Amino acid sequence: MAANSVIRAIRTPAELGLADIYAATRSKLPGGARTEATRAAAFNAFAAVGLPNARSEAWKYTDLRRLMQDAKPLASPPAAAERARARGAGAVFAEVDARRLIVIDGFFEPELSDLETLEPGLAIRSAAKALQVDEPLFAHGLGSIVPTYEPTLALNAALAADGVVITIAPGAVLKRPIHIVFVATSQKPEAIYTRSLIVVGTGAVATVLESHEGPGRLEYQANSVLQLVVGEDARVEHIKAIREGRHSLHLGTLLANIGARARFSTFSFVTGGATVRNQVFAHVAGASAVLGIRGVNLLSGHQHADATLAIDHADVGGQSRQLFKSVLDGEARSVFQGKITVRQQAQKTDAKMMARALLLSDKAEADCKPELEIFADDVQCGHGSTTGALDEQLKFYLMARGIPDKEAEALLIQAFAGEAVDAVEHEGARDALMSATREWVSGRG
Amino acid sequence: MSSLLEIRNLHAEIGGRKILNGLNLTVQRGEVHAIMGPNGAGKSTLSYVLAGKPGYEVTEGTIAFNGEDVLEMTPEVRASKGLFLAFQYPLEIPGVATMSFLRAAYNAQRRKRGELELSSPDLLKRVREIAKRLEISPEMLRRPLNVGFSGGEKKRNETLQMALLEPRLCVLDETDSGLDIDALKVVASGVNHLRSPERGMVVITHYQRLLDYIVPDVVHVLSAGRIVKTGGKDLALELEATGYAKYQGEAA
Repeated sequence: MAANSVIRAIRTPAELGLADIYAATRSKLPGGARTEATRAAAFNAFAAVGLPNARSEAWKYTDLRRLMQDAKPLASPPAAAERARARGAGAVFAEVDARRLIVIDGFFEPELSDLETLEPGLAIRSAAKALQVDEPLFAHGLGSIVPTYEPTLALNAALAADGVVITIAPGAVLKRPIHIVFVATSQKPEAIYTRSLIVVGTGAVATVLESHEGPGRLEYQANSVLQLVVGEDARVEHIKAIREGRHSLHLGTLLANIGARARFSTFSFVTGGATVRNQVFAHVAGASAVLGIRGVNLLSGHQHADATLAIDHADVGGQSRQLFKSVLDGEARSVFQGKITVRQQAQKTDAKMMARALLLSDKAEADCKPELEIFADDVQCGHGSTTGALDEQLKFYLMARGIPDKEAEALLIQAFAGEAVDAVEHEGARDALMSATREWVSGRG
Repeated sequence: MSSLLEIRNLHAEIGGRKILNGLNLTVQRGEVHAIMGPNGAGKSTLSYVLAGKPGYEVTEGTIAFNGEDVLEMTPEVRASKGLFLAFQYPLEIPGVATMSFLRAAYNAQRRKRGELELSSPDLLKRVREIAKRLEISPEMLRRPLNVGFSGGEKKRNETLQMALLEPRLCVLDETDSGLDIDALKVVASGVNHLRSPERGMVVITHYQRLLDYIVPDVVHVLSAGRIVKTGGKDLALELEATGYAKYQGEAA
């Protein structure tokens, strides 16, 4: 019966390819009976509907059926050559004194990772090991906030073989950030699926950096999921730099569950990838939590970056801020979809979202779709969006002080993006993103 | 030696609308010229044409600055050659710290002139000295350029830039607008500090009040796009008493 629906729904070469890959791989993927059942359910859910296209509201501006033309073979665990090519990865945060965890082609590499003198309360393992003992790595536990059919999550659940599992004990204060370095090294087109989990205990404090990168000439696909459980009174800052190769497809999802009085912020910084979809589903489970979801897209050529966010305020007194800034050159396109849900019991919620795009070319495009769903009656919610070119008046003011044309533009672009980057609390990470911004600006024509 | 500024028969328009209509003006080094006139006479247009603002089209006439043709130069070249416009409405630039802006402007001008850039500590020291004189706090220098500044703070910041960049010709466009009397005194004293035998100034204003504090050598009346009367500093007092009506009549 299930098989029939699979056959009917699957149409495109990518969908057919994914079915073949799943059929050929399912018995080799890590996990016991329970994980296997979860994988099967996830793949069947995917197979029944297939890749989303523009008719699906959640994928309105990012037609994945068109953008993902085929299914690449799954990447294999790295050998010596891959390890050698991975050297120097994560350079965007090179200046940050962080504990680096290396994930090559989707496989966690303990030998290459900094696992020495772990702070008390910090434990780090591979997701493959956790799956082997059937730990519920695929249970997102976010209730209704994740759509029943979320294709990238379903594919990830079906196919992810590894990732990093980190637990931080209650009260532990990590002075050094953890930097998870995801690097694709292959010399032929491949697909990489990783799934990671970070559990931050009550009152613990941590900074988590992620960087994603890969070869520039190659078409590869990365599907990366991070589940983050932020305990009560915990303070977590998460920063994700997406610098994938210019022909790649990056599908990223952050699932965050935030406890009472916790402070959680996530920042995405996108400069690389042909197509990037970065999703954040945040469930504000506890009262009086403070949440920030921010990001910067710096895009050129034909790049397409989609930030899709859903915040679910489920308890009283929560505060959330969303700020996304996109700088678009060439024929690049940015998409912002932000949804805020305020449940009936979540009184005194204070939620704001803002998306701004700066168009450096008349062929660039920014799409913005805010959604507010408010069931409580005593809340403050707001959203806004702006799209425009560089302000010629400001540019003239700078030039009238002797600053040349290009330098004036660079200053204004940096200032535009910098306003969002400024919200990054970790100083080293903030400096790193500021210089990555300067680098991007000075690299444009 | 050529005059510091020599404007001959200047005609300019914006969006097809003629604003300047055969304006002549000569400023020598060490002189302070006031240009007064009613609203719509072309005062701000003159300042923008001098600074090279896009959108202002010169259809006839010449502007020579130290004997060089200004109209062929981009705004940043004019600035690095020593032409400074203090804006009537200084712009707010979120995300650019005032000090970074000053550094970028100062060093860009030095580079353009083939001079060495000044190191950050040396520059900071210079800026602080000037800022102190203009009652600008170090905290203001850290803030984004003009963002949230009061009218007086913005004008003091313009004066700071002028003092730092040491231009040869200062064009002050309605510097007194939006200033209370205390702020006006601070700004005027900052401007007077810059008076020197090598430097010229063009002070554009609607009201005579500013000229009590920045005393001009020459006063011009601008009406309908050209200078219709030139006199000494007493002309400003006369205008204050009689108004511009008489000159508007003459121009028409």
